[in-house]
Amino acid sequence: MEIIVCIKQVPDTTDVKIDPKTGRLIREGIPVIINPDDKAAIEAALQLKANGKITVLTMGPPQAEEALREALAMGCDDAILLCDFKFAGSDTWATANAIAAGIKKIGKYDLILCGRQAIDGDTAQVGPQLAESLNLPQITYVQKVEINGGKVKAERELEDGYEIIETGMPALLTIVKEMNEARYPTLQGIDKAYEAEVKTWKAADIGADENKIGLKASPTMVKKVFSPSAKGQGLILQGSIKEMAHDLVERLKEREIIQKF
Amino acid sequence: MNFDFTKKQLAIKKMIKEFADKEVKPYAAEADQKEIFPAEQIKKLAKLGVMGMSVPRKYGGAELDNVSQTIIMEEISRACNATAVTMGAHASLTCHPIVNFGTEEQKQRFLPKLASGEYLGAFALTEPAAGSDAVNVQTTAVRDGDEYIINGSKIFITNGGKADLVCVVTTTDKAAKHKGLAIFIIEPKKTKGFSLGKKEDKLGLRGSNTQELVFQDMKVPKENLIGGVEGEGFKQAMSVFNSGRIGIGVQGVGIAQAAFEECLKYVNEREQFDRKLHKFQALQFMLADMAMKIDAARLLCFRAADVKDKGRKYVKEAAMAKLYGSDVAMEVTRQAIQIHGGYGYMKDYPLERFYRDAKITEIYEGTSEIQKLVIAAELLGRGF
Repeated sequence: MEIIVCIKQVPDTTDVKIDPKTGRLIREGIPVIINPDDKAAIEAALQLKANGKITVLTMGPPQAEEALREALAMGCDDAILLCDFKFAGSDTWATANAIAAGIKKIGKYDLILCGRQAIDGDTAQVGPQLAESLNLPQITYVQKVEINGGKVKAERELEDGYEIIETGMPALLTIVKEMNEARYPTLQGIDKAYEAEVKTWKAADIGADENKIGLKASPTMVKKVFSPSAKGQGLILQGSIKEMAHDLVERLKEREIIQKF
Repeated sequence: MNFDFTKKQLAIKKMIKEFADKEVKPYAAEADQKEIFPAEQIKKLAKLGVMGMSVPRKYGGAELDNVSQTIIMEEISRACNATAVTMGAHASLTCHPIVNFGTEEQKQRFLPKLASGEYLGAFALTEPAAGSDAVNVQTTAVRDGDEYIINGSKIFITNGGKADLVCVVTTTDKAAKHKGLAIFIIEPKKTKGFSLGKKEDKLGLRGSNTQELVFQDMKVPKENLIGGVEGEGFKQAMSVFNSGRIGIGVQGVGIAQAAFEECLKYVNEREQFDRKLHKFQALQFMLADMAMKIDAARLLCFRAADVKDKGRKYVKEAAMAKLYGSDVAMEVTRQAIQIHGGYGYMKDYPLERFYRDAKITEIYEGTSEIQKLVIAAELLGRGF
């Protein structure tokens, strides 16, 4: 079983703030982590691996190497960093194109695992777009997975239940962090991770089509990011049901939400 | 001059900090109140390779540098001191003499078991009449053919009642004083004549095990004499303590850091006179002092570890780290209770536990007064 896990290094947003002037995340002094859903994808891969091999891949700045080394320390076998200023500013579509090119260069795989979504952008798009780009079957929001006779059977987490889907391989799954409790890297694992080589591939190395990557090729762009202003407390009407109903109608009329008649 | 950790050290810090926060800290209060031995935490630490952190790779250990070991000790101490001392008595005190002075046969026999955590270790020197006066050991080892016969008792032994392996300091020749000491490796569960005495009821570190060991005509094969030569025990024990002092110093730093973090949280929550506590300059001054002293103590500890890693003599540096680290632990935990007022005195908050746990750092592995003697001896060149 050969598995590719796609991860993203993100700021630990449990404690993150947005600069009201620039609308950007304040990244100074915020520790970076492996995106939680992606970490669950690594753990899932480690549990599924058997005698196979896990390649972990990310696209990002040079410091994203630390996230890859953490994945190696957890037990992944190989690490690839897609790093090139030509990738900079990519939206989800352009990101998926770059990763797809990287995966084509890796060549052989049975399964691609991604996290459901990243805690900084929260789009949940790269996984599905990557599957489309590679023309693979995809199962998203996976909370449980098993592999039997060359087939993947996965449980999709839905709002009010779950769905069981089966497909052949290769396939792409996006994993939810609720699936498992990711292991800690061991000291021996950390040792190995810092002796291992992290391969860095540039756009030219993976034959990425420059019209499909980076800021210019991105069909979407973020116009503004902001913290919604806190809503005031709601109004609770008092009195008998009849009085409250009357009161409510008056207030709705007053605001011209319903017509006066 | 470089005050930064390497990337690998940072990765270890990240891992152990997360582990300490999630797997150790939540159990610390209950372990203290109910005297629960941290067996579960130790098992998990073993799985991460931490119990073998000081053991060479070829015997199954992680062979960490001293700076990394110090990082681990600080983070575990910050989370739970009972766990930290249990780990330290094993990974530092017990592994050290075997790693550094053991025969090849002893290393192969015992280190893999200690490194994997299959064996929990203890180091036994203290006796009713031998504490700071380490030379005055009364436990005797008498050669009898291929064995030694050991008689005597040890008190205040960390992990004593739980250990699978104990390094016992004895004398083979009382008249020779410090040149008569010898350390033996004992496997209590396989050794006749070994029994457990009183389990101590302590001020702090209440989750850890501290117990008396009794030896009655205990027969030990001569192959278990560390290094295989009599008369080396004092030198070996001093080396153990030297190295262990960095760990105790940083244990103090960990306790102080834990107390300080509680204070930072509290001054941002608690209000008096219609203002958050952090608005009061008197408390700001306290926090500034605490932060500065914790940092100074931490730097002394990591300096000592760094000097040791570079293979230079670190006796004075380790003694300073231990002395100041324990001083700071006492001072900061005391101030932390003061900042919390009445709440700090209550068991609902962890401050009183930190205060109780801090005290021992001024006592074990050489009292503060012994550290001063060591430092002075190094300064004045008289040797110790």
